[in-house]
Amino acid sequence: MTPGISSAEAEAPGPGRILLAFLQIALSGFGGVLPWARRVLVERRAWLDEDSFNETLALCQTLPGPNVVNLSIVVGSRFAGAVGALAAFAGLTLVPVAIVIALGALYDRFGDVGRIPGAINGLGAAAAGLVATMAAKMARPLVRRRPLGAAPFILAAFIAVGLLRLPLPWVLAGLAPLSVAVAWRSRP
Amino acid sequence: MKPISGALGTLFLQFAGLSLLAFGGANAVVPEIHRQSVSVHHWMSDRDFAALFALAQAAPGPNFLISTLVGWKAAGLAGALVATAAMCAPSCVLTYWVAKVWDRYRQTPWRIALGAGLAPVTVGLVSASAWLLARAADHGWCLALVTAATGLAAVFTRVNPLWCLAIAAALGFAGLF
Repeated sequence: MTPGISSAEAEAPGPGRILLAFLQIALSGFGGVLPWARRVLVERRAWLDEDSFNETLALCQTLPGPNVVNLSIVVGSRFAGAVGALAAFAGLTLVPVAIVIALGALYDRFGDVGRIPGAINGLGAAAAGLVATMAAKMARPLVRRRPLGAAPFILAAFIAVGLLRLPLPWVLAGLAPLSVAVAWRSRP
Repeated sequence: MKPISGALGTLFLQFAGLSLLAFGGANAVVPEIHRQSVSVHHWMSDRDFAALFALAQAAPGPNFLISTLVGWKAAGLAGALVATAAMCAPSCVLTYWVAKVWDRYRQTPWRIALGAGLAPVTVGLVSASAWLLARAADHGWCLALVTAATGLAAVFTRVNPLWCLAIAAALGFAGLF
């Protein structure tokens, strides 16, 4: 048995059930899909136990790319190979992409009609607030654990990209190696 | 204006690159998507960007959907599909291959340092996203108040974020903003 997979692997799900599970995750996930990924994969279907879910998530957060999309690839491929990965990806993305394209078309058509602009203004302001919350929640444990190692890099990335509007590749090339070096030196 | 095929190529290259730079997820590259689509390529106004991001947030599903909408705005349906595929494919292929060898490197000190070092940079980038989105969305103190109230509600209560979006949209529809 491959490490990191729960005992439920004995009855490994096929591509069809994988697709349905990720479709369920995608459609439940208003404003944040990861909590639903945990609920569906760990609690409801018991395909992964709590620990293997966390380990898989750590992998998906280390690698670049949308985290939950990475999660679909890892979980799908563990149970059903490349076909499973494609099934999980399709389940996660196809319907949301169709919905958001429909919303985009409606916005093009009705974005400046009547009271719609007001509603979209409100929506945009609230969405910005939600992203700020996400940043705050991510920052808290880092700053608590390594105040001097983490805070300067949070601030530097914010200033470089948010205030100075420097291109992301430069900022990453400058800050990431330094930040990793600092983390390396302070490793336990 | 560039022909559509030119825009498709630009979209593909831009999002394929961002896919591999999106450490910490899609929200970390929102500032760069904003810079490219508003300042560099002039596909949309600041206000459009805020609106599209809001639509992507309000839709169910993963949060890379802003790239789908930027593609839509730049080059229609083909643009939406190209941007989506480019945003996902490179990182998916990388993940697929790394997942096979992950168990071997999971506990190595350099892997742990890599994760710990990237995290603060990611948080700074997500903060920059929030800042730029707020600047694009908050025309006037009333909307700034909505941003602040939403942020506080989401930090200090367990309210479903969808309610914040719904209430803010309803207030706007009622004519407050």
